[in-house]
Amino acid sequence: MTRRVRLIVLAVGGAGLAALLVAACFCLPGFGGVRHPYGDRVVRASLARHTANTIASVNFDQRAFDTLGEMSILFASVLGTVVLLRQTRDEHRAEPEPEEVALPVRRYALVVLPVAVLTGLYVIAHGQLSPGGGFQGGVVVATALHLLYLGADYRALERIRPVGSYEAGDALAASAYLVLGLAGAVAGTAVLANFLPYGTFNTLSSGGTVPLLNAAIGMEVACAVVVLLARFLDQAVEIEKGDGK
Amino acid sequence: MSVLPYLVAAWVFLVGCYGLATSRNLIHAVGCLAVCQSATYVLLLAVGYRNGGTAPVFSDLKPGSRPVVDPVVQALALTDVVVGATVTAVLLALVLQISKRHGTVDPDELSELRG
Repeated sequence: MTRRVRLIVLAVGGAGLAALLVAACFCLPGFGGVRHPYGDRVVRASLARHTANTIASVNFDQRAFDTLGEMSILFASVLGTVVLLRQTRDEHRAEPEPEEVALPVRRYALVVLPVAVLTGLYVIAHGQLSPGGGFQGGVVVATALHLLYLGADYRALERIRPVGSYEAGDALAASAYLVLGLAGAVAGTAVLANFLPYGTFNTLSSGGTVPLLNAAIGMEVACAVVVLLARFLDQAVEIEKGDGK
Repeated sequence: MSVLPYLVAAWVFLVGCYGLATSRNLIHAVGCLAVCQSATYVLLLAVGYRNGGTAPVFSDLKPGSRPVVDPVVQALALTDVVVGATVTAVLLALVLQISKRHGTVDPDELSELRG
C-alpha cells in the first residue's frame, strides 16, 4: 500500500469514526448536569467510612480490587522494561564522565531535593485526607531523587539509588498490598475489604485500611519509577555498543 | 454549548489517531498514543463535572454544603494516568531495542524479519 492509498483509507475510516463519535456526544448527558447517581453513592459511602478524600476511598476501600489490577499492570510493565533494557552480550558498560554543573543549578537542586522528597512523603501520608495519595506522592518522591542527577552527577545519584534494593522494595510493596488484602479475608470479612476500625474523621488514622494500602502503593510507585528511570538512564549514560567485556 | 467538552475529547482522540497512522518515527508514534490517551482524560473529567462543583475531598469542606464533582471518574482518570505512563515506558523500551537491532525507528523500514 502506498502512502497515498493509506492516507485515503485513513481519511475514510477517520471520517466514519468522527461521525459516530459526534453522534455519540449528542446522546451523552449534558455537561455539568446534576445527575451523578454513582458519584452520590460513593460520596455517602466514603463519609460513612470516615475517609475525607473520596477518591482514596474509591481506590483503596470501595474498589480496592481494581487498584490491585492497576498495581499489577505497573509491576508487570516495570518487569517488562527491566527485561527489555538489560545489558546484552554485545554491549559494555562505560564509566560515565563527571560533568561540570552550573553553580546556580547545583545550589537550587540541592536545596529543593529534601523539600521535594518531604513533599512527596507528605502527599503519600495524607492520601486519605487531602487530594493526592500513593500514586501521586510516589512519583514526586522518585523524581525528586533525580534532582541529584541534575545538580551533581550520575555517580552521586547512583550512591543514593542502589537499583537492586529499589527493585526489592517494589516487589515487597506489591506483596504488602496483597498481604493486607488477604488479611481482610483472614479477619473474617473479604479479600481487600476494610477490617480495621474506621477511626476519627479527618485525622491521619482515619479510614481503616486505606492509609496502609495507600502507603504500600506509594512505596511501590516510588520504587517502580526509580527503577524505570534507572534503566533508561543506564541506556543513555552507561551502556555502549561494542565488545569490551 | 454543553457538548463542547465531549467534542474536544473526540477531536483530541482523532488527532492522535491521525498522528499514529501517518507517523514515520516510532518515538513520535508513542507520543501520538499518549495524545489519544489524553482524550480519555478529557472525556472522563467532562462526564464527571457538575456545575459549581469542587473536588470531592471533605477535609475542609462541610459535607452537603457544595456540590462535588463525580469521584468515580476521578478514580478512573487516576487509573488511566498510571496505565498510560507504564505502557509508554514499555513502548519506549521496545523502541530503544528496535533502534539498536535494526538501526532505524521508521516503521516503514521495519518490514523484514531478523533473528
